[in-house]
Amino acid sequence: MVTVFHGMGFGALFMLAFTGAIAEIYRMSAPGAPAVPSQRDQTMLRLYLVGMVVLAWATVLSGAYLVYPWYRAIPPAGTTDLSAYPQKLLMSSPNTIGWHDLGMEWKEHVAWIAPIAMTMVAYVYTKYRASLAKHRDLRKAVLIFTVAAFIATGVAGMFGAFLNKYAPVRGGETIQLIKGE
Amino acid sequence: MANTQHIPASEDLPNGPGAAAILAAGIGSAVLGLFALLGDAFSGIGKFFSFYNPTGPLSGVTISAIVIWLAAWYVLDKKWSARDVNVGRVSAVAFVLLAIGFALTFPPIMDLLQGK
Repeated sequence: MVTVFHGMGFGALFMLAFTGAIAEIYRMSAPGAPAVPSQRDQTMLRLYLVGMVVLAWATVLSGAYLVYPWYRAIPPAGTTDLSAYPQKLLMSSPNTIGWHDLGMEWKEHVAWIAPIAMTMVAYVYTKYRASLAKHRDLRKAVLIFTVAAFIATGVAGMFGAFLNKYAPVRGGETIQLIKGE
Repeated sequence: MANTQHIPASEDLPNGPGAAAILAAGIGSAVLGLFALLGDAFSGIGKFFSFYNPTGPLSGVTISAIVIWLAAWYVLDKKWSARDVNVGRVSAVAFVLLAIGFALTFPPIMDLLQGK
């Protein structure tokens, strides 16, 4: 259930929300944009971006502190069925070790760029509101960071889906901690 | 969002606060990548970053990067809150830092830098 909230709840909603954010920020930034949104539309976009920030942080925090401990749990000595230990399961075969070495190692870090970037984007929009239309360079930077956040989320989401296909994180009642790492 | 209106002149704000937020986000991204690399390359640093054992070094890498990002934002905002800065130049630096963040979190580049 936790993995469902992390991936299909927070993460997928956050990913879907990028379409609206990028389209609206691009519309504001596009050359020749004749005017700026009304007060009501500005409020809607502000709430939309704040919602994205909440989803972004919920995604990385739930991933790092609820799902990841289950992923990296180590099996007790003598365990032959590694299905409850995703990291060890992936690393047990040369055919799947790349999903950990590349997939999880990249995903676990790059995902955090998204909430950092989107927090900045929401702040800048909230701070400047309509007057952002007069700051071309700020708008451009905001758009580029939004696209960067989208890419980071895409990488994390894609590898999350693949990892869950090859070695699902199922959780359990206890976690055997990895010592010394 | 098709309704439009004119921008009142009274809504003019200096670009400093926005530039501070943008540069701080770049710094946060680069520091995240740097800490990820250091935690991976040196076991002692990896152990230091294990703030929360079930999550391992990832906990310290991300918490430390967030602290530095927020500290950088606070300092830059204090400095630029009431003035205009060259946003083009600040953004260019922020984009380079963002790219560094992406590069240093990419395992093949991390491995290359470690000589693996």
